[in-house]
Amino acid sequence: MPDVPMSETAALLHARPMVPQIAHVRRRRHDAPDAWTLELDMANGERFLYAPGQFNMLTAFGVGEAAISVSGDPAEGPLIHTIRAVGPVSKALSQLGVGDPIGVRGPFGVGWPMAQAEGKDVVVVAGGLGLAPLRPALYRLLRERARYGRVTLLFGARRPEDILFRQEVERWRGRLDIDVEVTVDHATDEWRGHVGVVTNLISRLDTDPSKTVAMVCGPEVMMRFVAMALIDKGLGEETIHLSMERNMKCAIGHCGHCQLGATFICRDGPVFTYARLKPLLAVKEL
Amino acid sequence: MTENLERILSEHRFFHGLDKAFLELAAGCAKNVRFEAGQFIFHEGEAADQFYLVREGRVALQVSAPGRGAATFLTIGPGEVFGVNWLLPPFRWVYDAKALEPTRAISMDARCLRGKCESDHNLGYDIMMRLMPILIERLHETRLQFLDLYKSHA
Ligand SMILES: Cc1cc2nc3c(=O)[nH]c(=O)nc-3n(C[C@H](O)[C@H](O)[C@H](O)COP(=O)(O)OP(=O)(O)OC[C@H]3O[C@@H](n4cnc5c(N)ncnc54)[C@H](O)[C@@H]3O)c2cc1C
Ligand code: FES
Repeated sequence: MPDVPMSETAALLHARPMVPQIAHVRRRRHDAPDAWTLELDMANGERFLYAPGQFNMLTAFGVGEAAISVSGDPAEGPLIHTIRAVGPVSKALSQLGVGDPIGVRGPFGVGWPMAQAEGKDVVVVAGGLGLAPLRPALYRLLRERARYGRVTLLFGARRPEDILFRQEVERWRGRLDIDVEVTVDHATDEWRGHVGVVTNLISRLDTDPSKTVAMVCGPEVMMRFVAMALIDKGLGEETIHLSMERNMKCAIGHCGHCQLGATFICRDGPVFTYARLKPLLAVKEL
Repeated sequence: MTENLERILSEHRFFHGLDKAFLELAAGCAKNVRFEAGQFIFHEGEAADQFYLVREGRVALQVSAPGRGAATFLTIGPGEVFGVNWLLPPFRWVYDAKALEPTRAISMDARCLRGKCESDHNLGYDIMMRLMPILIERLHETRLQFLDLYKSHA
C-alpha cells in the first residue's frame, strides 16, 4: 500500500487499473478544424489529479478506448482532453455531446520534467496538435512563473486557421513573461506572422544552452528534426524531452503493445529524454 | 559612409567573421534600403540584380496562383538573407518579395558582387560557403513543409 493518502480516483485506479471510471461531458469546444476539446466532470464529484504530460485511456462506450493526453490546467478546473478525430474511437469521442458519459482510466505515464526545469530557461516546442499535451506544462510554468527562468513557446501549425487554442495563444503572446513565436507551413496574403517550419524558429532562438530545458511534442518527424536543431543550438541530449505516441492497449506495462526493446512507452514515458529516445526513434513501426 | 556599411555588414549574421579585406570589397557593392509594410521589393520574372540582408522587419516570399491569390512559403527576419538568385544564371526572381512590416535591409548590387567574386575567387569561395548552408537548410525545410506533417491522416 502507498504511504500517502489517495484520492478515491487514485485508489480505484490502484486497485483496478483496467476499470474505467465514469465522467460526463460538461462542455465541448471546436478548437481546430478536426480537433475538439471536452471538459469532463467525474461522476464521483472528485477533482481529477494528474501531472502535466500524463495521459488517460478514454472509452467511447460501445466503440473502444484510446490514449489521450490531458490538456487542461493541473491546478484547477475540470478534466480536459483535446481530441483529433482520426479513427473510430477518436471520432466517437469527439462527437460526444454535453451530458454524455465517457470512460476515464488513468492518469498514466511519466510527464514533463517540471521539477528538473526549475531555475532553468524553458523552451517549449509544439507542432500541430502537440500543443495539447504541452498545455498543462505551460499552465504550470505560468502559474509558478518565479520558479523558472525565461520561458519560450515555439509553435508550428499547418495553416493560420489550424492554430490550436488560438485565443489562448494570442493571450500568451500579449504577456511579458513568456516569449511566444508562431509559425505556419502554408499561408495566404492575410497572415502577417512567420511562415516556415518550426525548426526555423529554433535557429533564431537566443538562449544559453547550458541552462535550458526543452519540452517538445508533435508529429514524430517534426520532433526528430526539432531535437537535432536544439542539439545544434548546444543543448544536451539529456535536457531535451519528447512525448511519444505509439499504439496502446493496457497503459500499465502488461500487454507489450507499446513496447520498444526494454522500454514501455505507457509506463516509462510517454515523455522521454532525447538521449533515451534517439535509438528508438529509428524504429519505423511498432 | 563605406566604413559605416562595413560595420553594418560585419554585424549581420551572413557576413559574420568575414575577412577585413573582403568586407571592404563587399561594402563597395552595398547600400542601406528601407521598405514600407505592404511594399513589394521585387516581383517574379524580373532581373535578380540585388541580394538582400535583412536587419529589421519581416519579408514574405510569395508565389501567386490565379484564383488562389498569393501563397507565402517563407518569411525572412532579422539576420537572414533573401534573393539568392543573384548568384547564378539566369539571374531572375522566381517569386515575389513583399515587406510585411517596415523593413530595413542591406541591398547588395548583384553585378558588382558577382564581378568581385569573379576577380577574387577567395572572396567568391567564402561567399559561396556562406550561401550553401542556407540553401541546404531551405531545401530541407521545404521538404518538411511538403510532407505536410500536421495534416490529419484520417
Ligand atoms: C500517450 C499518448 C497520448 C496521446 N494523446 C492524444 C491527444 O491528446 N489527442 C489525440 O487526438 N490523440 C492522442 N493520441 C493518439 C491517439 O491515441 C490515437 O490517434 C488513437 O489511435 C486514436 O484511436 P482511433 O481508434 O480513433 O484511431 P485508430 O483506428 O487507432 O487510427 C485510425 C487512423 O489514424 C491514424 N492515426 C493513429 N494515430 C494517429 C496520430 N497520433 N496522428 C495521426 N494519425 C494517427 C492511424 O494510422 C489510422 O490510419 C495519443 C496517443 C498516445 C500514445
Ligand atoms: S500499452 Fe500495454 S504495455 Fe504499454
